[in-house]
Amino acid sequence: MEEKTLFELGSVYRENMRIKAYTFGKGEHSACVVGATRGNEVQQVYMCSKLIAIFEQLEKKGKISGGKSVMVIPCVNPHSMNIGKRFWSADNTDINRMFPGYNLGETTQRIADGVFRHINDYEYGIQFASFYLQGSFIPHVRMMKTENEYAELAKDFGLPYVYRRRAKPYDTTTLNYNWQIWGTKAFSIYTNATDSIDDDSAAEAVNAVLTFLNKRGIIRYHCHEGYLSRLIEGHVLVNVKAETPGFFVRYADVNARVREGELLAEITDPYTGRVLDQVISPVNGIVFFHASQPVIYSNTSLYRIIPSDDLV
Amino acid sequence: MIQTIASVGLPIDEPLMIRKNRLMPDNRLNGKEKRISVVTGTHGDELEGQYVCYELQRRIRESYSCLTGIVDIYPALNPLGIDSLTRGIPGFDLDMNRLFPGAQNGSMPEYIASQIIADLSGSDAVIDIHASNIFLEEIPQVRINELSKGTLIPLAKKLNVDYIWVHSAATVLESTLAYSLNMIGTPTLVVEMGVGMRIAKKFGDQLVDGIFALMKELGIWSGEVGEPKEPIISDDGEVMFINAGSSGVFLPAVEHWKNVRVGDHIGDILNPLTGEINETITAQADGIVFTLREYPIVSEGSLIARILV
Repeated sequence: MEEKTLFELGSVYRENMRIKAYTFGKGEHSACVVGATRGNEVQQVYMCSKLIAIFEQLEKKGKISGGKSVMVIPCVNPHSMNIGKRFWSADNTDINRMFPGYNLGETTQRIADGVFRHINDYEYGIQFASFYLQGSFIPHVRMMKTENEYAELAKDFGLPYVYRRRAKPYDTTTLNYNWQIWGTKAFSIYTNATDSIDDDSAAEAVNAVLTFLNKRGIIRYHCHEGYLSRLIEGHVLVNVKAETPGFFVRYADVNARVREGELLAEITDPYTGRVLDQVISPVNGIVFFHASQPVIYSNTSLYRIIPSDDLV
Repeated sequence: MIQTIASVGLPIDEPLMIRKNRLMPDNRLNGKEKRISVVTGTHGDELEGQYVCYELQRRIRESYSCLTGIVDIYPALNPLGIDSLTRGIPGFDLDMNRLFPGAQNGSMPEYIASQIIADLSGSDAVIDIHASNIFLEEIPQVRINELSKGTLIPLAKKLNVDYIWVHSAATVLESTLAYSLNMIGTPTLVVEMGVGMRIAKKFGDQLVDGIFALMKELGIWSGEVGEPKEPIISDDGEVMFINAGSSGVFLPAVEHWKNVRVGDHIGDILNPLTGEINETITAQADGIVFTLREYPIVSEGSLIARILV
């Protein structure tokens, strides 16, 4: 294992911020895994730490394939993580909206550049990402629909779903998008935690990365190979929104099989406890995402359901 | 007439409302009146537009009979942000100006964004007032995407600003309010002036003079207006950026909106722990400083100044 500082940012009031990378094996730049780009992505750093521990063992046993190398960058934003802030500690900008970066630009552009210049020539790029809404997903691989994406390849992770959606203008400055533009086959992996640790989904994601790398011939690591992934398009998901604000009392969790007309949740009055609204599934399907905040606004997305009439 | 253009229930006994005030001629509507919309408060830490909204209405009311069209004033597109000193949308940590055109069936912020677009659509001109951020002070200027310059520069020249910056197109900016409106044929001018969390009355008065000049041009105001000042117009190639090369405390040595020559002292980045100067910053070109660092603490890369060369 080689530990290397990819980028260092000077600071007058704190220790300099160092972005560290851990490399295993020697040779072509085969795969790069990036953990937290935001300061609250604790689960994402945790998954990287698990991966690094496993890669270290694999390397000692000679199970990193000859001529291949894997790099893991656990955290791109340690300064924000150390103060519990999602975005950049000073100006609240989002490093994951600054790629490919600019070495003469503003601070977060320089950070993005300081990382991206080291990782833009990898064959595969894997990012442990998080969603801006508080909630849980079925673990999945997410990709943006560009001319360069590789949906079939994403199934090699063995996660239940590969989720593909059309890129929006604000996506064009994300790491995933720029990896694709630079020719790296890029994938984002979502689990059901961000600012807390969920061991089960972390283990599932770590196993998915190992499975993928094994199938691509980068490591030799045999474990269960997961699911036969299903590709779902973003526009197919059924969005179930809150009609009214209040306490969100959830009955259906992720992965639940729900039927049209089934009670998913209730919204209750925060003062009187009266049920203000019953959230009903509009379709037969599988719960792909649910919000998890205890109180919700009206018009908030509560559930995203993969419609399926095959449930019996 | 105060109207609510979007309303979303908050959990505890409070609706979030995006409101506008519509001013229009008394009893003389023929359905063909021109409409100007003044919007601000997209970023909760940018307050310059608050005074503009007030002053514009005060002057209209002073000479209400001169009003010949519709003036819609939206002081707070992000009212929760303004109320809580938060730049983005509280609860989501999202930049509201990266959500447009929004989506009726999207999340709460996307829904609000779509309602705002629907309400502003069809205006004969929209003035989208920003106030930089808490870090930088700007002279009154209009920023125009080069894709829309043909339509917008003639309107911007009426606004009595010092500078019009025609910037290059960037995909990420396609999520802004101005881009979204311009793309559906509603001419929208982005004004930047002042500094975050402050109000510079002189800048506000200057812009209000310009809004009246534009209203007159559009046939919305029949009263006397002043002659707008002739702005400098430039593109990206004439703008030089100066970024900090080290962290510390920035102390400026120049005044905002003043000429500098190559080698002139722009300022120093100080180290309060060691008592040393970490970096001395000098101008790399002749020009005029139209953006200047206001917030003293800087990191490597923090923008110090922009010079129009």
